[in-house]
Amino acid sequence: MLWSALRLSCGRGSLARGLGTRGGGFTRGWDGKVSEIKKKIRSFLPGGALDPLFNTSHLPPEQADVVIVGGGVLGLSVAYWLKRLEKRQGAIRVLVVERDHTYSQASTGLSVGGIRQQFSLPENIQLSLFSVNFLRNINEYLAVSDAPPLDLQFNPSGYLLLASENDAAVMESNVKMQRQEGAKVCLMSPEQLRNKFPWINTEGVALASYGLEDEGWFDPWCLLQGLRQKVRSMGVLFCQGEVTRFVSSSTCMTNTSGEEVSLKRIYEVHVKMDHSLEYQPVECAIVINAAGAWSGQVAELAGIGHGPPDTLQGTRLPVEPRKRYVYLWHCPQGPGLETPLVVDTSGAYFRREGLGNNYLGSRSPTEEEEPDPGNLEVDHAFFQDKVWPLLAQRVPAFETLKVRSAWAGYYDYNTFDQNGVVGPHPLVVNMYFATGFSGHGLQHAPAVGRAVAEMVLEGSFQTIDLSPFLFSRFYLSEKTEEGNII
Amino acid sequence: MAAPRASLCLVTPVCNRSTRCIRGLSGLVAPEDNQRKGRTLFQFLADHFYDVAALREYLLRKQVLAVHQKNRSFANIREQYGPYVAGAFFILRQGGAVKFQGKEWIRPDRRGRFPYDFLKFQTVPVEAVDASGCAINYSGLDNLLPLKELQALWLQRCPHVDDWCLSRLHALADSLQELSLAGCPHISERGLACLHHLRHLRRLDISDLPAVASPGLTQILVEEMLPDCEVLGAGWAQGLKMGPGGQPRDASSSLLT
Repeated sequence: MLWSALRLSCGRGSLARGLGTRGGGFTRGWDGKVSEIKKKIRSFLPGGALDPLFNTSHLPPEQADVVIVGGGVLGLSVAYWLKRLEKRQGAIRVLVVERDHTYSQASTGLSVGGIRQQFSLPENIQLSLFSVNFLRNINEYLAVSDAPPLDLQFNPSGYLLLASENDAAVMESNVKMQRQEGAKVCLMSPEQLRNKFPWINTEGVALASYGLEDEGWFDPWCLLQGLRQKVRSMGVLFCQGEVTRFVSSSTCMTNTSGEEVSLKRIYEVHVKMDHSLEYQPVECAIVINAAGAWSGQVAELAGIGHGPPDTLQGTRLPVEPRKRYVYLWHCPQGPGLETPLVVDTSGAYFRREGLGNNYLGSRSPTEEEEPDPGNLEVDHAFFQDKVWPLLAQRVPAFETLKVRSAWAGYYDYNTFDQNGVVGPHPLVVNMYFATGFSGHGLQHAPAVGRAVAEMVLEGSFQTIDLSPFLFSRFYLSEKTEEGNII
Repeated sequence: MAAPRASLCLVTPVCNRSTRCIRGLSGLVAPEDNQRKGRTLFQFLADHFYDVAALREYLLRKQVLAVHQKNRSFANIREQYGPYVAGAFFILRQGGAVKFQGKEWIRPDRRGRFPYDFLKFQTVPVEAVDASGCAINYSGLDNLLPLKELQALWLQRCPHVDDWCLSRLHALADSLQELSLAGCPHISERGLACLHHLRHLRRLDISDLPAVASPGLTQILVEEMLPDCEVLGAGWAQGLKMGPGGQPRDASSSLLT
């Protein structure tokens, strides 16, 4: 462009004679030609992807050491800790396969984003404490040079769990155990509740537990993006595709009681591209199932659950998607800035959102009311009939409210005992699970990622012992029940 | 590259003569444009050479470790002399000032030295702490929270005090009457929400908080949350647009005129 302008102004002077001005129209297509020549040179010089015939940049690599099925917060957390705990930099090649790069149905982005230590299992409390430590120092863990620091938008307002007469004793023992584990929780009587939060109607409330520190809610999307960015910078490969097949080899071994056991080992993962029949077989050593609500289907592909019932081969992974709604409403006279995330005796919960008296909340439906998880359509009648009356009864200011919007998301619901599944499968020896957390996966993600990475690299749990969460409990019918599920 | 100056340092550098920033690497504490040129040369080298990138990571890591070192827990001093002396020692080392009950303010001089006669005050509670500009962070508060009779805490312009730190202040709820958070770059309205535990608070200064999105609205909500407390900060009218009559509304005009 500059040369043609100069030519026009100076005519056929010496200025017009330059590198590319041999003819009349030659200079006009010069920039395009330069970039094409550069591309050709780059393609045959060493260091570039040599594939002059087919463009395979959208396909995953042909080999990877660890394939993580599912790119949500749990999958990315496992990838992060694998890269962080590897013995030598670049020792492990990790591939994260995510079906939907917009995360439109992923539980992570649709989550309410709460984090609490008020659980009934000590392991869950330890997982939350580790994760809250991770979130507090997130800019040290997930620092990428040249990227701005992450702002999780954490609200340290705490959780307030209300208990009726029947549940008061259980709550008291839970709080005692939580305090022993190191959570900062206190018990409140209805009188103290009325003094502190005058907008609560304490009818039917016998006891309340209030988290003073390290509890609240944050922006899950920011955590997801931060993990993604950091994990990319550590060299993890991403692929947008769907896992359609596992190819495995099996060996027969006899166990101590003389029975024949067939152990399987997955050696290839078929990743199918979107809107296409094209697939890439990826040779792998280890597969991590972090597919969230669809983990059950991924486990079926690996042959878990194909066998006679009541045997280890016939034990399915009992994780299925359950639809949960979240509603956003505006209430001008609602509770003020100090409002924690309040969980009512009936299971209805709400929290503040922003400065403008907007609130978010919902309630988990009972087993009979479970909606069909086939789609993410919102049932507004559920709010009218099942959520609003309970909220209005607990907070009288909520009698006048106006619903602004609503959305639905999936819980990766563990139908056995509503707690996560972590660790290897006893028969498919190189498939590890990190799923099934039934609504508290986001708040445990950093800790579970570390646990799975330790299991893969060291062979056992090092920081937090998650043996109650192994797969074998489904066969042995040992439930690890969690009482405080919201 | 978005916000290069902010992203180079993990923590905003407290630039006084005692700390060395990365910019000081090029040799001199130079004027603005010279610093910018030096930084982009370093940036260019870091982008193209692994060794320089590793050096930059190391320097950033050293900055973070320096802050952690300043905020280490003085547990041995606490065991030997008691919590009040340990807290006072921690603050004085950081460059802040301490006032024991019935005594005068103890401040370090320009070179950071301070008299050690407060070591005798093992049973005298600490009444006021002026930690303005100090590099206190979440773990450093371990040394301050045992001061159960603390009445005034000034955390103006502390670069590492954020919402997480504010959530720890509930331990001082029984005694704290005055709290100043003016000018802290990492405090937002979410952290201010957990100040409701401080029921004896009478003066709260939340002016000039750059991370608070709407200062006027936040001040109104904080005033509602703490009815007995005098909240100093942005006026309620800050952030309001021009009125319909074309009259500009400013914070000093009263509601009735």
